[in-house]
Amino acid sequence: MSGLRYWYAENRGTTFAFGLFVLMFAIYLFNYPSTLSANVFLTAANKAVLLALVSMGQALVVLTAGIDLSIGMTLVLTNCLGSWIVTGDALHSALGIAGVLAAGALCGALNGAIIIFGRLQPIVTTIATGAVYYGLALLLRPVPGGSTNEDLADALTGKVAGVVPASLLILLAAVVIVWIPFKRSVVGRAAYATGSSESAAFLSGMPIMRAKFASYTLAGLLAAIGGLFLTFFTYTGEASLGSANSYTLFSIAAVVIGGVSLLGGKGSAIGAIFGAFAFRSIGDLLFVFNVDALWQPLFQGVILLLSVAIGACGLFRVRNRLEWFQ
Amino acid sequence: MRQDEEQSFFQMSGVSKSYGGAIALDYADLTVRRGRIHAILGENGAGKSTLLKVMSGVVQPDEGTMHLDGHQVSFASPAEANAAGIVCVYQELSLIPDLSVADNIFASNPPLRFGMIDRRAQRRQAEAALARAGAADINPLAKVRDLPLSRQQMVELAKGLAREPRILILDEATSALTAPDVARVIEVLKRLRDEGLALLFISHRMHEVKALADECTVYRNGRHVMSFEAGTRSDNEVIEMMIGRKYQHAFPDKPERRLAAEPVLACRDLAWNDTLQGVSFSLKPGEILGLGGLDGQGQRELLLALFGVLRGCAGKIEIDGKAVSIASPVVARANEIGMALIPEDRKTEGLMLPMSVRENLSFAALDRMSTAGVIDRDRQQSFVDRMMELLAIKSFRVDAPVGSLSGGNQQKVVIAKWLIRQPRILLLSDPTRGIDVGTKQEIYQLLRRLADEGAAIVFYSTDYDELIGCCDRVLVLYEGRIKKELVGSEITEQNLIASALDLPVGQVPASTGVAL
Repeated sequence: MSGLRYWYAENRGTTFAFGLFVLMFAIYLFNYPSTLSANVFLTAANKAVLLALVSMGQALVVLTAGIDLSIGMTLVLTNCLGSWIVTGDALHSALGIAGVLAAGALCGALNGAIIIFGRLQPIVTTIATGAVYYGLALLLRPVPGGSTNEDLADALTGKVAGVVPASLLILLAAVVIVWIPFKRSVVGRAAYATGSSESAAFLSGMPIMRAKFASYTLAGLLAAIGGLFLTFFTYTGEASLGSANSYTLFSIAAVVIGGVSLLGGKGSAIGAIFGAFAFRSIGDLLFVFNVDALWQPLFQGVILLLSVAIGACGLFRVRNRLEWFQ
Repeated sequence: MRQDEEQSFFQMSGVSKSYGGAIALDYADLTVRRGRIHAILGENGAGKSTLLKVMSGVVQPDEGTMHLDGHQVSFASPAEANAAGIVCVYQELSLIPDLSVADNIFASNPPLRFGMIDRRAQRRQAEAALARAGAADINPLAKVRDLPLSRQQMVELAKGLAREPRILILDEATSALTAPDVARVIEVLKRLRDEGLALLFISHRMHEVKALADECTVYRNGRHVMSFEAGTRSDNEVIEMMIGRKYQHAFPDKPERRLAAEPVLACRDLAWNDTLQGVSFSLKPGEILGLGGLDGQGQRELLLALFGVLRGCAGKIEIDGKAVSIASPVVARANEIGMALIPEDRKTEGLMLPMSVRENLSFAALDRMSTAGVIDRDRQQSFVDRMMELLAIKSFRVDAPVGSLSGGNQQKVVIAKWLIRQPRILLLSDPTRGIDVGTKQEIYQLLRRLADEGAAIVFYSTDYDELIGCCDRVLVLYEGRIKKELVGSEITEQNLIASALDLPVGQVPASTGVAL
């Protein structure tokens, strides 16, 4: 019983984001104008998985009390790169995918290296590197274009066994291959510790540098998986500053809705995934209620404020004012 | 066994370290033997902490050598020192607040299974480590943030033990512990010594030194003064070695009790959550009222309640006989009430560490130094000068960041920033925790002087000696209630301990050698 209590205390944010998403998605499904088919889920999943991957990456960085403002630019850069190299036959495409993933990881690793060894603030560093990554994307794709292996793209954005969206399986694989080992490794724990109290982590002899480096690198890698998916959805590459910026900002919103503390040390990437799902459901809800798409940014802002406010409701119960500042 | 004791296991020689011109260690030496408990004594700023930091890899010495088990060693980081078997339990807790107790105990060396942390094994081992440290009551799944300070310190000790050290360093590791905890820790440490561990410890509580140490080394101004077998020097001799001058009685004389004045502060039936229940007392000008009892019995909350920090407090507070509602620290410090609170944790609640001494001194009284919202530099300077003089704060410049001062001087800054307002009611929450004998004495004298000038003082301390030496009256709290009021000569160690444990006064035998 008390074990369950401690589990809940640790996963309150994730539980909240999950509940919020289930609620919003249920409203969406109940009000869906025509009969439900597997394709409805496919479309929803494909839209959500992109942001979920980027948000997972953002969560890894935010846990260390850092922030990655270049993550959307990394996504766009890898999208443009993918539209050049993920083409041709199976072998060529596979090499292309490896190249794209390596490029994303390299972007993240560069962020990490500058922040660790240059001892620069993450905000400034990633604004600067983000501009560099976007500049590279522009050089790769001055105008939208390019192509990709369409068979592969259709397979990965389609359904497996006629029911399950392949993109969800990729997301699940990212959780199993990246997040779970990270969370349960010494490096991952050091990432939490660094975010919670860096000096205590240092005094405890924890691998702070490795933890930060791993967080930023994996964030780049996850953004690159997102970039690949963007290529597969659109069959092209586009150096769009608008979508780079919105992915960066939405990933922070998703992380916050998902209960990851921007001060670091608290939360999980699973929460960020459900935060991203919930955030993406806003557009769907507007669709089923026939609201003009022009209202979408306004509603996104309101939902973000509301969900953060609900998350902060616990503060009303705080009766020792000093606890407000912790 | 005897031979082991004679062998020097770890040796430091000629170790020097200076921080930007300030010399912290000046060719210091230290010899550590196995199976011995070695106390390091000295005032704050004597170099003890720096010595241990060099030893545990936190800072690198400017010169000097270290030998461990016959080999020359140097440690570039705490991780390297840990690997060599030197583990430090820090006064300033090295725990990570958002991780669980078990995660903290095995922060850097968790049990692994298939390359991943084995949480079940970790929990089991954490339970064992906690039991070994004498703290089996702590749930390994609890978040460290949610534990009281004294429990956190026990976790810190368990964490040190779990690393299976060859040399265990305790840097003020008992400063936040309650008396029963200290007794348990003393037993644990003696057992470790008998197992052949080398133990080094710093404590400002003399009775702990007496109860534990086999050997003592005194440092002063970064230099080794003397090493001697425990029990071969008197308290006064030891203290004179530490401060380098004649030692006078620690506590100022208590004046005759004056009864005439009306109480300046009175509270009736204060209650908050389950932590405070039906607390009523009154306080007269010129009186030092102690709060005693085990740690975490509501003393801290009582002070916070008076200062307007707690929401939803039941009961009445009267100032000068008039009922007031103190809704925030801003109200509490206003002229009509004139209250000041010296918080328990100076680093997070008392000071802005990176900012200068001058700025920190000004924060509680900015309204008095400014006109129309603009700070008057001259007026600020005159306030600051007065406080620096009053408290003899030893800082190179008032523009130095307060974080660069020693613990004792930092505490003086916290006190001084409130004295600028000349408060009528001064609340202090364990103000001498982890500071040196010399500064402690200065604080005792200061409190008595303020009381003589008419201030009313509430003084919470975890150190019984202080309550006995300083207070005119002591309220002993137990589970949020006032269990006992001790006045004047009733304030003795036996009575304090008995009522702290909720026993009838006069039932607990005197423990050994506690009073200075």
